[in-house]
Amino acid sequence: MKVIEAKIVVLGSQGVGKTSLVVRYIGKMFSKHISPTIGASFFTCNISVGDARVKLQVWDTAGQERFRSMAPMYYRNANAALLVFDITSVSSFNAIKGWVKELQSNVSEEMVVSLVGNKCDLQESRAVTYAEASSYAASIGAKYCETSALHDQNIEQVFLSTATALLALSATNQTMRSYDSADDERQNGSPTEEQATGKVELPAWNTDNIAHGELQRNMCC
Amino acid sequence: MASTSKDNVQASTSGQGNPADDLEPGACPESVLNPSDSFEEFASEMSSSLQERNINLKSKSSTISEIQSEICDGNKDNTEITSTKSSDDLQSKDDQMSALASSCNLSNQNGEDSDNEKDDYLQSPELVNKEKHVFVLSSAGKPIYSRYGNEDRLAGLCGVIQALVSVVEDQNQDILRSIITKDCKAVFLVKGPLILVAVSKSNESETQLVLQLTYAFNQIVSVLTLTQLNRIFEQRRNYDLRRLLSGAERLIDNLFIFMEKDPAFLLGAVRCLPLPEKARENITNAITTTCHKIRDLVFAILIAGNQLITLVRMKKYTLHPSDIHLLFNLVRSSESFKTAESWTPICLPKFDATGFLHGHVSYISEDCQACLLLLTVQRDAFFPLSQAKHTIAEKLRRSNCLVAINDALNRNQELPTTNPLKHIGIPEIRHFMYKCKSTAQLFTSDPISLDRLQDYRIRHKEGGDVSEKKIEKLSDIDYVRNYRKFCSKIHCTSSPAKLIFRSNSDDTVLAWVTNGFELYVTFDALMEKDQAIKAVDRLLRWIKREEQRIFIMNAPTF
Repeated sequence: MKVIEAKIVVLGSQGVGKTSLVVRYIGKMFSKHISPTIGASFFTCNISVGDARVKLQVWDTAGQERFRSMAPMYYRNANAALLVFDITSVSSFNAIKGWVKELQSNVSEEMVVSLVGNKCDLQESRAVTYAEASSYAASIGAKYCETSALHDQNIEQVFLSTATALLALSATNQTMRSYDSADDERQNGSPTEEQATGKVELPAWNTDNIAHGELQRNMCC
Repeated sequence: MASTSKDNVQASTSGQGNPADDLEPGACPESVLNPSDSFEEFASEMSSSLQERNINLKSKSSTISEIQSEICDGNKDNTEITSTKSSDDLQSKDDQMSALASSCNLSNQNGEDSDNEKDDYLQSPELVNKEKHVFVLSSAGKPIYSRYGNEDRLAGLCGVIQALVSVVEDQNQDILRSIITKDCKAVFLVKGPLILVAVSKSNESETQLVLQLTYAFNQIVSVLTLTQLNRIFEQRRNYDLRRLLSGAERLIDNLFIFMEKDPAFLLGAVRCLPLPEKARENITNAITTTCHKIRDLVFAILIAGNQLITLVRMKKYTLHPSDIHLLFNLVRSSESFKTAESWTPICLPKFDATGFLHGHVSYISEDCQACLLLLTVQRDAFFPLSQAKHTIAEKLRRSNCLVAINDALNRNQELPTTNPLKHIGIPEIRHFMYKCKSTAQLFTSDPISLDRLQDYRIRHKEGGDVSEKKIEKLSDIDYVRNYRKFCSKIHCTSSPAKLIFRSNSDDTVLAWVTNGFELYVTFDALMEKDQAIKAVDRLLRWIKREEQRIFIMNAPTF
């Protein structure tokens, strides 16, 4: 059996449901009382595609602006990205464009990008149309999918299609570890030291990068 | 009604032939926590003059960069850190000398009400009749945080606060400390680019309120670092800080709830999870043997239910209780840590306000609610730490430590520390709290269980209103509320009391401070003094006997 290891990063504005999405997929549950992610959370999961297996390291990042400067730590060397927005929020959709630009200029390796419109259970307050989102996805070469973490809609598909695309990508991409399953059983589960070396390469964590908003010259008082 | 006689206790203890002064349950030569008292610091906060305040803002040398450079330099010795810290302490003592000189307490019978009568929002139910309001605003007067209501609609009030503060500063070259009305205290604290205000109808003293505001400031620093906070406002005085704090408001909300109910804040001490000596030793060993090769690891901290299980540290560095409190608050407030391993930037203001430590935060296992924090200066150490965590969890499971932790957390009835009053067998004692000063650790007779904390939080969410109704069975929280005024007399800097004995028809309270400990005991009503002293003596002996279980008696390093 062919096994590949890949790193996937989940990006998007705060409150769009990144953690809910990942927890729904990996933990098979939904919580209304989820608290904002601080920094980033790390998950692992295995996805079977045909007779191959994809081992995913999932980095679920925090959406708050103050963690923006940390993002390069997580998308550097990632093989796939889930760009999540909230279909009821135009600003969260617009923020995706910023992420795409950032990924394009900072990640040189080819990457599987998926655009995810979450909260599709809230049709009545929809603010981003399906057509608009899917045509934007096409323009950046990404798949588009609408999901609901609340009702567990389409989430399996998002991860499965990402895994399938990763498998296809692994044929040409050297950064993913790929091997036969004979030697893989012993290292299931927690990440090992071996994986740690050379797997994650992190940039300088510079608070100068943090966004400060517009410069305002006129001061009151 | 309060008697504050030092001679009195000496007479009575020597009369009994019980030199209880020698007894210091919990004391040990080396402490994991930095036991320096916060009270003096807060007192100096209240007394420093305008110039001193501005000087204090200049950030100190960064401990984090020292550790980083030390890792590069190899094992070169560096003793600077401790000396800068102690000189700080000296400084704050000096500051107290100028205590009254610059204090500016305005007494205003009408309070703020008259200023804002026209503003309807201030009269709305979500704001009126709260026991304690907290506002944080920028020095430009922009709202940042309000405990109740919507900050946006409080812009007017924030403008008034900013005006009050700046008028006193600019025109009088002085600092506005507080405004006291008949039933209400408004306490002001200017820290860096922020103005923090507490408006309280509770029985907390001014110092205690300043302490809480300082914690709130430290909470903000813990999220952003002082460097970033200062720089943002240097660049844009008008910046709306809520953009960077979004998601962190609940940390401040929970911090205030936590401070109102947990005596740890009142006493500047940390509560430890009572564990058999052997179990704690095993846990500590599991951590040290797993982590001693990880060079950049500064602290490994295991906590459960706002209690410290163990703390292993890099040699030379200790943590201040207030930093641990912020970690407790972070872990308690973040459900998201339960779902996965997290890699989180954490700034510990007392340790180093200028930079982030990087924390691997995770719960030990699904069946044990103990949370392990591995704090490092290395930003790409996630995977080695993740592996260390799994190794530690496995070791704890194999040595049955998880069971011991769960027993303690679930307050297994067989443990002597679960119901100490019953175990001690002095029926007249209703409640006590004990702080060992040299280790900054705390033990109370009725530790708040997790569900009770949840109850309190729900009760608080519903109201936070000043309530008149009589509570039938007093809980830890109510006793702590009652101890506040005794605490403030004992920690008062001008004429601190050593012993307070107050007896009335409701209850009898004894508060006693020595060089080694602070003890607060509530007895039945109308207790005789010598009877109380006898009971206290037995109590101290019990704590001494159980000290290995109650306290962390060593200071392990990697």
